[in-house]
Amino acid sequence: MMTTTLIARNISVIRDNNRIIDNVDVQLLPGEFVGLIGPNGAGKSSLLRVLAGLHKADEGQVTLGNNKHPDVLLQQLPDRERAQLLAYLPQQETPAWPLQVEHLVGLGRAPWHTPMGRKSERDAQAIERALQITDLTDFRHRIVTTLSGGELQRSLLARVFAGEPEIILADEPIAALDPYHQLHMMELLAEHAQQGAAVFAALHDLSLAARFCSRLVLIHHGKIVADGQPVNVLTTENLQQVYGISAYVECREDGVVIIPRKRVI
Amino acid sequence: MKTNISFTALTSTLVIALIAASVVALNTGLADIEVVAGLQDFFNGEQSLAANVAGQIRLPRLILAIIIGTTLGMSGAAMQGLLRNPLADPGVLGVSSGAAFGAICTLYFGIAASAWYWLPGAAIAGALFTLFMVYLLAGLHSSMLALILAGTAMSSIMVALIAVALNFAPSLYAMQEIVFWMLGSLANRHFDHVSIALPLAVISWIMMLSRSRFLDALSLGEDSARSLGFNNQRERWVLLLGISIGVGACVAVSGAIGFIGLVIPHLLRPFVGYRPGRLMVASALGGALLLVLADILVRQFDSARELKIGVVTSLIGAPFFLLLILKTRSRWA
Repeated sequence: MMTTTLIARNISVIRDNNRIIDNVDVQLLPGEFVGLIGPNGAGKSSLLRVLAGLHKADEGQVTLGNNKHPDVLLQQLPDRERAQLLAYLPQQETPAWPLQVEHLVGLGRAPWHTPMGRKSERDAQAIERALQITDLTDFRHRIVTTLSGGELQRSLLARVFAGEPEIILADEPIAALDPYHQLHMMELLAEHAQQGAAVFAALHDLSLAARFCSRLVLIHHGKIVADGQPVNVLTTENLQQVYGISAYVECREDGVVIIPRKRVI
Repeated sequence: MKTNISFTALTSTLVIALIAASVVALNTGLADIEVVAGLQDFFNGEQSLAANVAGQIRLPRLILAIIIGTTLGMSGAAMQGLLRNPLADPGVLGVSSGAAFGAICTLYFGIAASAWYWLPGAAIAGALFTLFMVYLLAGLHSSMLALILAGTAMSSIMVALIAVALNFAPSLYAMQEIVFWMLGSLANRHFDHVSIALPLAVISWIMMLSRSRFLDALSLGEDSARSLGFNNQRERWVLLLGISIGVGACVAVSGAIGFIGLVIPHLLRPFVGYRPGRLMVASALGGALLLVLADILVRQFDSARELKIGVVTSLIGAPFFLLLILKTRSRWA
């Protein structure tokens, strides 16, 4: 059972005297699918990189806690152990070589390997499962460079699933996908969260974010503006203040409909 | 290109071909001798013409060809995997030029003749010095781009210094020595050369092969490799140090032998499903095979002036590489 909680306290990232991330507090609980929204340059990617342990915050700290070892500082956790718990899906990850889908997905098992060890039974099972849930079983021998954008993105998500992480941090996983593949990716992430993992994804599609995420975090200029249920975050006032748009927002039973109407700034 | 061949099948084919080529290589040469009997005599410590030719001349030459081919092939695959670029070769780091400059210094000052270990020792020192300078220039937490720039800069400096050494060569004879040495050769090498190259080569193989999972993960990019639990900086420097030690040891005993590190990984990549880790193993075997074959070819020319093996590998390698680029252009463009 996945029980890891990620807590970031007072995170700040300072670059050239600019506070790119300014005193941010975020919590990710098991079973949550949290959307990170905000305009371009708001600091979404930087925040995700800090949470993923790829960039050290200039102030504040990120802790991981679960029932096995309560509250470890992310920076103090050995790289391999961190990678076993926490996976990061970068924005626009393009494989350098024309690998087979199966091998690409297998790379996600890296945190569980010893440097010279062979593939274990568990590795094979995890890869098989990842291919299955992402509907890629028939694609396993395809070359990744011949895949469509949607198929490639799904393969990369399968790579993340293969590592059986308890926390997934995804940077714009549905950017540049058609609606069908966007829905597919969101469903997969939501399912993973339902099984007890925590998912934190930077998103630009507000309607899809509202439809799938249990919680939304809205950031602007590196600060958290709102954090809560989608209906409470995606208010016309917030959209106007943060995105600078006037939008039509309607809360319905099956989600929130947002139609941007015009720029107001 | 046909790619559905298993890794075991590929490596066993290469190993069998390498063994076959080695047998041919031992039987190739000017002296007409019984090789098997000669080797038996050699290992039993008996003196005979066959023992001397097979044991003292052909065997060390063959072993060196295998060691150097293996190291150059593997380093090439490691470098291409590290830079995620099929056009990279160990020369990018400047290490081979540094090793060459170290060796040429001993030829220039004439100390190479005083004892056999001066030249290889200086070459290895040159290689390590170059890596150290790259490290200083680029910094520990450097990006790949900074490394390439530092490597290219160091390489240019070393080539310039080699030109200076040639320019001011004390005699025509020294100049000829330097030029011939730079062409790369396996002739007149003995077991002392094996004993200096082998330990360093084995160290470099271990350093490179132990990073094969890192190279695989690096296919996804630097951030992904880190998020998969690798300490990119440490892994990278282990690889670079391994490549430097290996290439330094090779240049030290054979001079500069080009194109193996570039062509072999490029040729074998489709057969290992483009996986960088496995490519190192395949390229090691392929490099050894190519160099043994090239050495057999060199010995077919019975002339007063030896055809240098580095000339052969470049002559085969360059057009072949051009062909490969033309063939795969659509895939990389």
